[in-house]
Amino acid sequence: MKDNSITIQTSGLVKKFGDFTAVNHISFTVKKGEIFGFLGPNGSGKTTTIRMMLGLLPPTQGSIEVLGIPVPDLITDILPRIGYMSQQFSLYNDLTVAQNLEFYGQAYGLVPENMGSVIREAVELSGLDGFEDTPTKDLSGGWRQRLALSAAILHRPEVLFLDEPTAGVDPISRRLFWDLLYELVAEGITVFITTHYMDEAEHCHRLAFIQHGEIIAQGTPTEIKREAMIGDVLEIDTNQTEDLIKAIYEARDNGDNRSLNAELYGSLIHIFSTQPKQHTKYLQTLAKGADIKINSISVIEPSLEDVFIACMRDSDIGGNHEE
Amino acid sequence: MTDKEFIKITDLTRKFKDNIALDSINLTIQEGELFGLVGPDGAGKTTLLRTLAGLLGISSGEVREAGCDLRKNSEAVKSKIGYMAQEFSLYGKLSVLENLQFFGEMYDVPPGLQKERIPGLLAFAQLTDFTNRRAAKLSGGMKKKLALACTLLHQPPILLLDEPTTGVDPVSRREFWNILNDLHLDGTTIIVSTPYMDEADRCSRVGLIYQGRIAVCDSPKNIRQKIEGEFIKIVTNDWQKAREIIHPLKGVLEVQSYGEALHILVDSSTKRLGQIQKALRKNKLEIMEIRVIKPRMEEAFISLIRKIGQTN
Repeated sequence: MKDNSITIQTSGLVKKFGDFTAVNHISFTVKKGEIFGFLGPNGSGKTTTIRMMLGLLPPTQGSIEVLGIPVPDLITDILPRIGYMSQQFSLYNDLTVAQNLEFYGQAYGLVPENMGSVIREAVELSGLDGFEDTPTKDLSGGWRQRLALSAAILHRPEVLFLDEPTAGVDPISRRLFWDLLYELVAEGITVFITTHYMDEAEHCHRLAFIQHGEIIAQGTPTEIKREAMIGDVLEIDTNQTEDLIKAIYEARDNGDNRSLNAELYGSLIHIFSTQPKQHTKYLQTLAKGADIKINSISVIEPSLEDVFIACMRDSDIGGNHEE
Repeated sequence: MTDKEFIKITDLTRKFKDNIALDSINLTIQEGELFGLVGPDGAGKTTLLRTLAGLLGISSGEVREAGCDLRKNSEAVKSKIGYMAQEFSLYGKLSVLENLQFFGEMYDVPPGLQKERIPGLLAFAQLTDFTNRRAAKLSGGMKKKLALACTLLHQPPILLLDEPTTGVDPVSRREFWNILNDLHLDGTTIIVSTPYMDEADRCSRVGLIYQGRIAVCDSPKNIRQKIEGEFIKIVTNDWQKAREIIHPLKGVLEVQSYGEALHILVDSSTKRLGQIQKALRKNKLEIMEIRVIKPRMEEAFISLIRKIGQTN
């Protein structure tokens, strides 16, 4: 990130489908060499935004620049410099690993003389050595994902768009995938990634939370945790987690108006609190009254998911949002 | 919670031709446990759940659930189980209510009892306002909640859930887990498989399944403690350079990037904290944050799998 030049810039971006506003005045900047995460629930406008940046959907209003070029007007000028991996990893199941890569190589206009070495490099990068002749349909989710990524970067793009690349992939494959992304970033590629997997968001350099087509928080993970979260997460360590949760709910049913929501985490309880000091005291009194021993109550660093859910609570009621 | 052995699996093996999907699994689950099943794709999670649900035969070994022998008395066992498959099939053209009624009939719940239970389940799944909506028109999270409600209609004491939150957004996921919390507090015995390690953290015990075997089985807290070494979180003004500097240092086992932060697995934090700081300062890097952190469940999991991989 030594280079602070801008790779993607959107300003006042709007997309309407009839009366429905899918994307509502969003502005953000992605710097060269960073991983920018775009997070939101299903139907919040993530894919619509990515499709606009790729020039596949014209915006209703607002402007987009990718690599300094206005999109969609001059998108064809920069297509060779862009890589895209869609949610469905568009691979051909009946083709082998090598054939899929060759297909993408041709689509990207690689000259035949270079094809062999480019494919070899891609196979090595994705760790698929020895599987060149395996039909793609026989690969597990994690391998397919890495193959799709290799295909998307076959032409060495400067900016890479990834639309929910790790949905349904196991933790080890996910880790390998991220190791690969960091390698690419170290080489100077800029990555724009959408996800609704919050653990993954922690891997991004900067993030935007999107809900109902609007950006509700933006910054580095650390900044977002510090600034966007109104309230704290209390972690309670007790050997009687279930008794304590029941006591909290009983108190609530008996008219206690703190409306604390206790969530069980193995042998710990997490409580979201806007008044951590008072609530700690209250919980200690409550436990004492019910003869429950509390080992400790501490304020912990919230996960990004905690922050995200708190943001959504502030800007709207979560609940049964539509798709 | 009574310490009753509610599910007892002894030397359970399941073969598909030459492929051993489950390799003499031994596992005991107490009544009322919220048990998490984690492991890489293809490790055997789904096979185990389908076997426990009585949908797959047993090659060898024994399974007892809620006092019944699965081999000898599979029908009795099935009535005690609610199984939610990964691709749980709701009927898209039927309404929320009609789906519930359909599954009620499938599980032989008499209409009178259905009438009694359905309003409670709708409220529980936060679907009361959507009773007449077609299932196809529900969001992903709502579909999962409806599927769970359908699974609960015959009030099974055992719930088997196969990756119920895959593809579900964070808010719905949190809601789904809060529902599981409530079921757990009411005493239902739950086994839930998940690819999400933060969900494993919400279970009372977690079984890590790898190549058809239960490799590790313990509370989330104890699983974390199985990591050899400690994690140091560090934020500098240049993560790439910091990574290059830290990686070759003595006692550094792994360096993982988290945006601008690095998580460094070291053999001992007391030995390495000073050494890392010194190396970074020598290279004129600015240290914004450096501290010892609790390992994330995901880190514990990956570290354990790698260890198993090495010993094999």
